[in-house]
Amino acid sequence: MKQFLEGATSIAKTVALCRPGVIAAYPITPQTHIVEELSAIVANGELKAEMVNVESEHSAASCILGAVATGVRAFSSTSSQGLLLMAEVVFNIAGLRLPVVMCCVNRAVSAPINIWNDQQDIMTLRDAGVVLFFAESIQEACDLHIQAFKLAEDPAIMLPVIINIDGFVLSHGYEAVEFPSQEMVDKFLPPYNPPFKLDPQNPLTFGALVGPEWYLETRYAIHKTMLDEVPNKIKQIAEEFTKMFGRTSYGLYEKYKLDDAENIFVSFGSVAGPIKDVVDSLRERNEKVGLLRIITYRPFPQEIGDILLKAKKIIVLEKDISLGATGALYSDVITSLYISAHRNKVSCLPKILGYVCGLGGRDISLEEIEDLYRKEDLVESEFVGLKKENLGSFI
Amino acid sequence: MKEVIIFARAGQGAITSAQILGSALVKTGFYAYAFPHFGAARMGAPMNAFLRYDEKVIRLRTRIKTADYAMVVDETLFESQNVLDSLKNNSFCLINSQKTYSNTNGKKIISLPANKISQEITGRMFANTVLLGAFCVINNDVKIDLLYEAMKERFKGKVLDLNLKLAKEGYNFAKNLLK
Repeated sequence: MKQFLEGATSIAKTVALCRPGVIAAYPITPQTHIVEELSAIVANGELKAEMVNVESEHSAASCILGAVATGVRAFSSTSSQGLLLMAEVVFNIAGLRLPVVMCCVNRAVSAPINIWNDQQDIMTLRDAGVVLFFAESIQEACDLHIQAFKLAEDPAIMLPVIINIDGFVLSHGYEAVEFPSQEMVDKFLPPYNPPFKLDPQNPLTFGALVGPEWYLETRYAIHKTMLDEVPNKIKQIAEEFTKMFGRTSYGLYEKYKLDDAENIFVSFGSVAGPIKDVVDSLRERNEKVGLLRIITYRPFPQEIGDILLKAKKIIVLEKDISLGATGALYSDVITSLYISAHRNKVSCLPKILGYVCGLGGRDISLEEIEDLYRKEDLVESEFVGLKKENLGSFI
Repeated sequence: MKEVIIFARAGQGAITSAQILGSALVKTGFYAYAFPHFGAARMGAPMNAFLRYDEKVIRLRTRIKTADYAMVVDETLFESQNVLDSLKNNSFCLINSQKTYSNTNGKKIISLPANKISQEITGRMFANTVLLGAFCVINNDVKIDLLYEAMKERFKGKVLDLNLKLAKEGYNFAKNLLK
């Protein structure tokens, strides 16, 4: 039976079904409800786990690093400044090849302080060696958490996974959500049993000092796993999930009405929802348009370039910006397209329009999205909905 | 698709109301999406809870600018938050008030003394639940029985009993008023 529940509560209930043994919590808006609910679940005796209230996000990440290193499944979630404070540790988690799973409830980064949604925070950890998922809906956010543990803990992967959900839009939004039974989750996700762990009976060194003669290879190993192992495993796990739980899980990306599409939107996260509404509305007027929704952002799916190569126009819409350059997704799409064109010996690339929207929680309307579709001028990272009157003394 | 805005101050139960209403609509067979918007994010500050429902899946996640239905839990927000501007033409607005408001542009404004009703029953002001009961009279998509079901999932014991009573009072009051 579906329950009409808040996103954060739904994620907490789903994480509890995955039976983490350690949960580290440090509150930050808009993530707080997730650890709050998990703490209630643990206190009610519904989940046997150690709930650790830490004094900072740096400690939260360190705590779950330690737990997973000793062979215990662990979870934490954070947002914005909290994620930035975790950054140093998250690079370590990836380098140590520890399958930590976290939820990042995406929020703008200070200053000026702003608690609302955009996807700038996670871009800080884009290059850390973490698998990054982006959810469109609350149901998908829940489903991705179950898959994330299975993916991270696969002996061929052993890497952290962060599931990104849009702050407030999904974390504080309510939708009808379906939860699997504990038996089904147990069947899908066996207990965590790593090949190597910290154990006094069998001492091992994790994260030793390595010199120039070794370091390069450790980075290459992560990169190679990301490129060669992770994509196939994600596809396999998504198929298995779909079969077992009866709900479609798309894995790397979702192709929405792309079959004959000449103009293609590319985006990720919850803004994909309104884009689909715009696509449907344009389709009713016989426009050949579709959406390529990125679910797995790292590793960046290598097929993206091939899928987009046949388009006439590509419109990239994202809630982040590499200040002084372009949006992160925009540059990934261009790179992927160029590689694909080179490989397929195609000399004519589609027109690519890059847009940045929704920073700090600014709404983007269906009309604005349709306006972007109508534009033809090449833009690299045009800000949508910019209020000229607000710029005043800034420029 | 129908859209609802609840105008309240943080702490007056707007999010809970949107959740209960959404849950009742989901039980009827609708898709629903509810979400809050906080201004100052402090207890007592004006805030909104939004609810969309439809026969098909809801993907739109922007704030609701003009609604088919509004509920005003705190009367002082009616003017300061420009409630009338947030209503479509031919819409309904339930307001917790003892005053009468005039209808404009097909925006029907229905006053209920929800604070008074709540105070008589509970000794405290839970106007939101009274308005929820009344909402089932002005909107046929949500059935009072399913609203009670949704409340039973949310509350327990004495809190549940009082909430059920308040919703029933609101429902009966609106029924008499609109007879």
